[in-house]
Amino acid sequence: MPKDNGIGASTKRREDVRFLTGHGKYTDDINVLHQTYVHFLRSDVAHGKITSIDTAEAAKMPGVVRIFTGADFEGVGGLPCGWQVTDRHGEPMKEPPHPVLAQGKVRHVGEPIAAVVADTLAEARDAAEAIMVEIEDLPAAVDMKAALKDGAPKVHDELSDNLCYDWGFVEENKGAVEEAIKNAAHVTTLELVNNRLVANPMEPRVALGDYNRSDDMSTLYTTSQNPHVIRLLMGAFVLGIPEHKLRVVAPDVGGGFGTKIFHYAEEAFCTFAARQIKRPVKWTSTRSEAFMSDAHGRDHVTKIELALDKDNNFTAIRTETYANMGAYLSTFAPSVPTWLHGTLMAGNYKTPNIYVNVKAVFTNTVPVDAYRGAGRPEATFQLERVIDKAARELGVDPIALRKQNFITEFPYATPVAVEYDTGDYMATMAKLEEIADVKGFAARRAESEKNGKLRGLGINCYIEACGIAPSNLVGQLGARAGLYESATVRVNATGTISVMTGSHSHGQGHETAFPQVVAEMLGIDESMIDIVHGDTANTPMGMGTYGSRSIAVGGSAMVRATEKIINKAKKIAAHLMEASEADIELKDGAFSVAGTDKSVAWGDVTLAAYVPHNYPLEDIEPGLEETAFYDPSNFTYPSGAYCCEVEVDPETGKVTVERFAAADDFGNIINPMIVSGQVHGGIAQGIGQALLENCAYDENGQLLSASYMDYAMPRADDVPFYQVDHSCQTPCTHNPLGVKGCGEAGAIGSPPAVINAVVDALQSGGHKVTHIDMPATPSRVWAAMQG
Amino acid sequence: MAKVTMTVNGKSVSRDVEGRTLLVQFLREKLNLTGTHVGCDTSQCGACVVHVNGEAVKSCTMFAAEAEGAEVTTIEAVENDDGSLSVVQQAFQDHHGLQCGFCTPGMVMTATALLKENPKPSEAEIRDHLEGNICRCTGYHNIVKAIMAASGQDVSSVAAE
Repeated sequence: MPKDNGIGASTKRREDVRFLTGHGKYTDDINVLHQTYVHFLRSDVAHGKITSIDTAEAAKMPGVVRIFTGADFEGVGGLPCGWQVTDRHGEPMKEPPHPVLAQGKVRHVGEPIAAVVADTLAEARDAAEAIMVEIEDLPAAVDMKAALKDGAPKVHDELSDNLCYDWGFVEENKGAVEEAIKNAAHVTTLELVNNRLVANPMEPRVALGDYNRSDDMSTLYTTSQNPHVIRLLMGAFVLGIPEHKLRVVAPDVGGGFGTKIFHYAEEAFCTFAARQIKRPVKWTSTRSEAFMSDAHGRDHVTKIELALDKDNNFTAIRTETYANMGAYLSTFAPSVPTWLHGTLMAGNYKTPNIYVNVKAVFTNTVPVDAYRGAGRPEATFQLERVIDKAARELGVDPIALRKQNFITEFPYATPVAVEYDTGDYMATMAKLEEIADVKGFAARRAESEKNGKLRGLGINCYIEACGIAPSNLVGQLGARAGLYESATVRVNATGTISVMTGSHSHGQGHETAFPQVVAEMLGIDESMIDIVHGDTANTPMGMGTYGSRSIAVGGSAMVRATEKIINKAKKIAAHLMEASEADIELKDGAFSVAGTDKSVAWGDVTLAAYVPHNYPLEDIEPGLEETAFYDPSNFTYPSGAYCCEVEVDPETGKVTVERFAAADDFGNIINPMIVSGQVHGGIAQGIGQALLENCAYDENGQLLSASYMDYAMPRADDVPFYQVDHSCQTPCTHNPLGVKGCGEAGAIGSPPAVINAVVDALQSGGHKVTHIDMPATPSRVWAAMQG
Repeated sequence: MAKVTMTVNGKSVSRDVEGRTLLVQFLREKLNLTGTHVGCDTSQCGACVVHVNGEAVKSCTMFAAEAEGAEVTTIEAVENDDGSLSVVQQAFQDHHGLQCGFCTPGMVMTATALLKENPKPSEAEIRDHLEGNICRCTGYHNIVKAIMAASGQDVSSVAAE
């Protein structure tokens, strides 16, 4: 009988009712009295010197309140980068300034040059048309390898070149890796591209800045995954507003996928301008604007070598990656190709020698930062592709080659500095073979071939490091913030509970899943518990939601705070029943004295805490409210095995995904329904990356894919039903819930499965294709078949 | 500015609007019906779907003035008269057919219109019909499942939760 309350129940989501009836409250739904609207005039060239900005005519247009340019931001801080990477030679990365509005130069299409604030949005747009900007075009650095050549156009004049950093990991392994490759029985080499993507949450970004003169208080309503992080960065580094005079609210947020982690220019602008003009300032991104102002994702160019001995055991991996940073360093950009990528290069396999080199490059493109998976999909894609290629070169079964090299004993310390606590890769692979019906593939292929189609099956594994992250460790690695999470559990007099969390829900269902944990611990009904999140004014300082960290880190903070509640409530119960605290047991929402029939209900204890007439006031304070900050001791390591089956139409090159199966190990699971939903969404994004999506620039740095007309989002008829399973569970050993996190797995695990399947299909048709870059569009596949 | 009059969610409303005002702006900004969302600027995403004279329409593709005299229904008026969720809304909750909720109003309006013209659509027909509605969260699995369930079809064989 499935549970209907607490941990493990597929509780229906309580947030659904407001979303289904049109009563969600997203940032753009918020309007403030006397509000103005801002329209940003953005650069339409990739690189150029601003020789003049004439706003005189525009300023006279109807409704215009004020026009801002870079000159208004002299003396105001630039947008900060939250992670400093140290290069192979011990030098810090290059970190050029990142202005709110362009200063002297524009460095990518979409960079804001001027901002028109007006009474209506239409007036702001009209006036922006009348601003005269003269830009002297400069040659643009677009292709990463070309950008590193001598004489390439420099994105930042004050830097020696476009190399942000040259990172080696682990530098001490380099010699051993070279030796192992030299002595290998077989080396498989693969060069590939991890295509640039745009996260595209369906809700475009919005910022609404408000300023109240009576108490000198600024409020920013924004589409953020982490309002406290925005308050910290914007308040301390950009605008110089102390925390107690700055409130950041992220209400209902329509998806994030990483791109709403970062602190953006528009947020700083609206907060700043509201203080200047003493009126609220609102910005709502259009989708086209989002394509040129939201941080992009991925964009790696990689060469990977896998060395094997004569028995097909992996002996070494060496990778060289060029990682695009874009024109400026977005908030966490430097960490993505390094610590979130290099540390995952062992994958699920016991490879003794690994060396990862990453060259991060400035180009005249939109900044690139974390997108669902962030570094881990890039690691997984290259590793699982090169393994597949090796299996084909060696004529061995790709599943058998993987199994032979699986890590089977835990904990396992990889040669790339992380220690996996638990996992059972044989189990997830066996589960995958079952749910994907791998045995039945031959018959399905025969059927496809009868219909004139090629059919391929692709398998891959993945591991991710999430539950980000131990603060002392990431501090050593260059993070400029801690990565703990917080929770305050406020028990009300009648026993109902509000949990204030620093985690932020933007689709993950925290308002449903988090109460399940507290309900389980206290033995009360979930409906008695509400989650409060998204507002710095009523939540403790917390780091927000990304890196599949909410339940693993935020959930753990909530457990710790609830444990404190239980400890105090037991003291009160002991007093009420005149018993020893050590004898008090909490079960099914009541406290009892062990070995007796004495008991007192949860609600009686909570009432006593707030109406302390009969209360141990000499020992404990009244009230029942506790806060905990939880800092994890390690990352968590979800893992799994994925299988994709495709059909390829040899006439057109069109690939259709016929079947997709995912067997994941997320450790313990709070709400299986929500977990499956997270995997579904990740898989669709991975299929999107593999077959459809591509953020394209031309050689001059012009953005070619700046709307849904040109950027192919996965639609309902691009994907099949998915078969997902998370019954393989090796609980995390170092957090109190034994959970690992599930938000990114689907996007990490699915792209290689799709491409492995496409290559398999093409080879089955006699085509000598060993790799195809993403997205495997019909034209690319067709061209590969001709080739 | 010109006066536009239409019936929205059963109530006659008149407002002065600029000629360039889109129906979605009229609903969101003039009537504060913020359940209808704007997810793109090229009529691709479907977050703004409403019913105009009973047909599913992207409210970003028509001017408010074009809806003069029309009957418009938005997500705010889809629930049953007693305030309970409609069959489609309830199926979306039961089958976890939404995550962040932003595309949801458009999905529900599109699905509701589909089931009116095709009471038992196949999986393929549903996927084809949702071509104009983009969801980034769910991977469509549970949306398609919810619509099948709302049409009374047995979805127990569709891959698990």
